Amino acid sequence: MNKYRVIFLGAVATVLFAFFVLVFVPHLQLLSVEPPPGLRAYADSELAGRQAYVSLGCLYCHSQQVRAPSFGSDGARGWGRPSYPEDYVYDAPHQLGTMRTGPDLMNIGGRQPSRAWHYAHLYQPRAMTPGSVMPAFRFLFTVKDQAGMGDEIVDLPAGIAPPGKVVVALPRARVLVNYLLALKHDYPAGPAAAGTGGGSQ
Amino acid sequence: MSAAAVYLDSPPPEVALAERVAADQSARRPVLLFFHSAVVWLVVGSVFGLLASLKFQFPDALTGSAALTFGRIRTVHLNAVAYGWAGMSLIGLAVWMIPRLVRAPLYRPGLAVAAAWGWNLWLVLGLGAVLAGWTDGLEWLEIPYPIDAIVVVAGGLMAISVLMTVARRKTKHFYVSVWYVLAAMVWFPIIFATANLPIFGGVEQAAVNWWYGHNALGLFITPLALAGAYYFIPKVLGRPIQSYSLSLVGFWSLAFFYSLNGIHHLIGGPLPAWLITTSITASVMMVIPVAATAVNFHTTMVGRFSALKHSPTLRFVVAGSMIYTVVSLQGSVEALRGFNRVVHFTQYTVGHAHLGVYGFASLILFGCLYFIVPRLVDWEWPSDKLIRWHFWLALAGISIYVIALCTAGWLQGRAMLDASRPFMDSVEITKPYLVARSVGGTLMLVGNAIFAWHYWLVVRRRGKERLEPAWSAPGALA
Repeated sequence: MNKYRVIFLGAVATVLFAFFVLVFVPHLQLLSVEPPPGLRAYADSELAGRQAYVSLGCLYCHSQQVRAPSFGSDGARGWGRPSYPEDYVYDAPHQLGTMRTGPDLMNIGGRQPSRAWHYAHLYQPRAMTPGSVMPAFRFLFTVKDQAGMGDEIVDLPAGIAPPGKVVVALPRARVLVNYLLALKHDYPAGPAAAGTGGGSQ
Repeated sequence: MSAAAVYLDSPPPEVALAERVAADQSARRPVLLFFHSAVVWLVVGSVFGLLASLKFQFPDALTGSAALTFGRIRTVHLNAVAYGWAGMSLIGLAVWMIPRLVRAPLYRPGLAVAAAWGWNLWLVLGLGAVLAGWTDGLEWLEIPYPIDAIVVVAGGLMAISVLMTVARRKTKHFYVSVWYVLAAMVWFPIIFATANLPIFGGVEQAAVNWWYGHNALGLFITPLALAGAYYFIPKVLGRPIQSYSLSLVGFWSLAFFYSLNGIHHLIGGPLPAWLITTSITASVMMVIPVAATAVNFHTTMVGRFSALKHSPTLRFVVAGSMIYTVVSLQGSVEALRGFNRVVHFTQYTVGHAHLGVYGFASLILFGCLYFIVPRLVDWEWPSDKLIRWHFWLALAGISIYVIALCTAGWLQGRAMLDASRPFMDSVEITKPYLVARSVGGTLMLVGNAIFAWHYWLVVRRRGKERLEPAWSAPGALA
């Protein structure tokens, strides 16, 4: 066998081995994961909001995975119970994230259920959380002289709103907040729920 | 290889020289096109990087349009520098090295030229899509998969050109750089195509995502950059690499362990524990290839460090190689559960990533370009001083950047772990370091811009004609 073939086949073999171990075997193992009874599929407007979340790159500063108490203070911070594979069956693309410039959002809908808070926070994060480095999402809103029929007006603290005007949430802000409010993974799951109709991990 | 093939590993010097000139000539067009593109992407990517960094100091600036929000600017930065700058210059390097190393002209240079145009088209469309809000939503794989079809074709054309050149080789011996190039040409299409299959969801997709994400570094950027270091350190010193068998160990252990690293990005996450443990183990085992390479480079260099004063190529390549050792060992430590518990989800990872792609790969690439470009345009770099400025700005910039972010990440992680401290503590504590990051990033941007300007001068053959290479004139001690 000449060296060309050794390198070529060796390279193919190593990468296929890694593929087998890190992709294919987990694929088989995760095939049996079923959605837990407490987890509902996203509604259309929540899915549209999820698309906004993905396209705006929220992922780069917010994770969606709660670690076990042995591995951090996530639970003690009130971010929810540890996450399990079955929590993600409706999530594509996955948004587990690798960064916590801002807090984890796996249960933001439970922790912060106020639609008004989310609008104000997206419009001007520092109005709700002093010191925040989150960019303002002004482009999700429009400023009007007067609210029209069906407009969702953003309730802003004094000094933040443009004087004499109202700030109105654009459709993309509305679906995005729908999605954030839907992020509630408080049903039983994981080994504790196994046998009671929960997932299989 | 057929029995009729003529192998000649040690031709007479005049034949070798003529062959090198012919090899360079055969690859000239595609290599320059890859380099021109890479330099443009370097500047574009650096500007987006600095903008993303400044967003932390000015979160209310540029908030009028979705295209200018942090999540999109950051994505353009990453893709432009990783695939545009590093990817295209590494491919240019490979296309240039292979004909020299196998002593055969580049097979169908037109294929590689088409590959360069395709690669650019992929990035322009892909990054335009990201700015417009169309993304696959996976880190390192943001460019929408229908657009990715372009780079699969482009990469395929380039691989045909390179692999067919190797198939027509006139050498029996394969130098270690050839192994790395060959392997990267095999690895990248496999990992890229697999990761883009639109069939995964949930946590399984997270595993595929990071298997790919880490392999883009481990099985594409790293092997090609090492191929450059293995070529230029002995080349500039005029002596062979210290140990053939050590380079063998380095190559195969890298192939085996690096490909299994990816899932360490999900430590503590909702994936099967054995999967994460496998990646942690492989990450620690990376000490083997890294030590093998470091020892090999160091023993080749020993007693010859004064050459760093007279060769920009050697200076950049050796600095990049040393940083390779540092960043790899840092990566192994980072994968340990106890350490990861603190630094996961923090700026520490961002510091580490920049030490890898800029400190290691980019410094080596700069060194390679300083050697290759004058030989392709038949014109020496016009200014010794600009090269020195580039080197020190790059080194100072990356040092400030990495030290600031690794410190910030550690403090941020400690603050997050302590549930008695409010989350905002972990934000506030990073702020001064994020200012330092913008300063380091500015130095890197200025260094890159100087390099781009100098690159423009040399390819336009500006300045006085020089018969000696840069830094070699008497009294030109750098």
